[in-house]
Amino acid sequence: MSTDTSILSRRTGALGQLSDTFWRKPKILLFLMLTPPLLWLGVIYLGSLFALLLQSFFSIDDFSGLINYDFTLDTYRQLLIPSNFDIILRTVVMATLVTLASAAIAFPIAYYAARYARGKWKVIFYLGVMLPLWSSYLVKVYAWKLILAKEGILTWIFAKLHLTWLLDAWLSLPVIGGSSLSISYTGTFIVFIYVWMPFMILPIQAALERVPGNLIEASADLGGNPAQTFRHVLFPLALPGIIAGSIFTFSLTLGDYIIPQIIGSSRLFIGQAVYAQQGTAGNIPLAAAFSVVPIVIMGLYLWMAKRQGAFDAL
Amino acid sequence: MRSDKNTSAPLGLKVAAGAGLLFLHLPILLIFLYAFTTEEKSYQFPPPGYTLKWFAAAWNRPDVWDALGLSVRVASISTAVALVLGTLCAAAVSRTRFFGREAVSLLVILPIALPGIITGIALRSAFSFVDIPFSFWTIVLGHATFCVVVVYNNAVARFRRISGSLVEASMDLGADGFQTFRYVILPNIGTALLAGGMLAFALSFDEVIVTTFTAGQQSTLPIWMLEELVRPRQRPVTNVVAMVVVLVTFLPILAAYYLTRDGDQVAGSGK
Repeated sequence: MSTDTSILSRRTGALGQLSDTFWRKPKILLFLMLTPPLLWLGVIYLGSLFALLLQSFFSIDDFSGLINYDFTLDTYRQLLIPSNFDIILRTVVMATLVTLASAAIAFPIAYYAARYARGKWKVIFYLGVMLPLWSSYLVKVYAWKLILAKEGILTWIFAKLHLTWLLDAWLSLPVIGGSSLSISYTGTFIVFIYVWMPFMILPIQAALERVPGNLIEASADLGGNPAQTFRHVLFPLALPGIIAGSIFTFSLTLGDYIIPQIIGSSRLFIGQAVYAQQGTAGNIPLAAAFSVVPIVIMGLYLWMAKRQGAFDAL
Repeated sequence: MRSDKNTSAPLGLKVAAGAGLLFLHLPILLIFLYAFTTEEKSYQFPPPGYTLKWFAAAWNRPDVWDALGLSVRVASISTAVALVLGTLCAAAVSRTRFFGREAVSLLVILPIALPGIITGIALRSAFSFVDIPFSFWTIVLGHATFCVVVVYNNAVARFRRISGSLVEASMDLGADGFQTFRYVILPNIGTALLAGGMLAFALSFDEVIVTTFTAGQQSTLPIWMLEELVRPRQRPVTNVVAMVVVLVTFLPILAAYYLTRDGDQVAGSGK
């Protein structure tokens, strides 16, 4: 009898020995598995992110246009001058409104899919949300350019319904109006909702599917009318799902620069400011400082969401 | 037993849910209509007439084919990279507990949790920092980074469902690690990887925000589309391309759904 205590003999050949080594020392296997993804994400992604953050502490020389590599907080101070701060404020207000409206539109779809849709209808609802969610972002924006154009379908519908006066009245309103829907805040708002709202539906649906139906019935039995049931039972239980969904709608609106560029007034959003500063203006430090704003806002947002237990609903 | 089986929804809810779904689908259907319009100078509705000639016009446009070719090549390579990295990461995270496990999953999710413009500008400034000129590979570098998470999510969900005893049984029956991987693990995670790969492909094929920062002068199909949106040159051709893009992206999504529908977590629920 040999001194080897294992039942099977040791494997022969390079592959066999390698396999044995992995079995005896799982840490080596773990190390080998984690190294490629961590190298990729760590070096390429985190490295770039870090380089970007670093640049936000540099400044640009007003006369030569060259980057001055001394540590300074001046670039951040520039964010606070009124024209830049307006951009931040405008974007945050828009992201908040888009999130609230998305939740309002998404809730009935999610509730119906979670509580009433069965069998075939469940599949229809799932794919009915999934296909628009995954279809091309630019095609969706393009579709709205067709819809909101002055000669487009929306104007046509209003004319057919003899409601052109209503559309004109809306467009003549001070902030949200404009010479046509496709160059007004209203247009930007609608397109933002359209493009990001699908991200809200599935998290709410996941949260609502965990609400037992007899809880709703119990509330009704105890005399709650539908509004009270919604207010005191359904909404609190769905809230983690709504917050989880709002992470997407909020973050995606915050960083978008294509939608407001194509459909909207000429007033900038954060994403456009970043794009303009790094491109035509060539002011990388200010662009970097601008892009830190969504990172900080999302950091705070995620921290709050975590405290509300939103991540269990993802 | 749950008693809500036979209750039907209140009318208001039905209407709101139905209207919501219509709101999501009608704009996309409208694109299909516009692909056939005879009007070429504006977005006039209703179209004055219908024609098929724009399909031929789009077919004969070399710039469309070039952009499509570049997009397909970028998406293929990015998907391949994401499949390898995402699977490795998912296997490590779901099979073992180690220090920093949470940090690893956060790192994988970060590229899509932060707005795309941040990933884009970060990569761009890093490229200029180390003097890498824009090329095919700089686009791939960006795309693969955010595609990893899609593969990772699908693979992790599947790994959670595979019982550890399957692997042990295989080892007990004398298979070495590689045989276990080849004959036990791979067949079990195969469809999840296929689904993840297709979603990653769709994600890369459609990506525009990061790409504008990493492409330089090259034009992928979404970038071509963006240029048409900002400065329309031939609107009918754009209509046709938009319609084809919608049809082409539906296929991988449907396929990914059917590949993973038996599971507890269906592919595609997180983009």
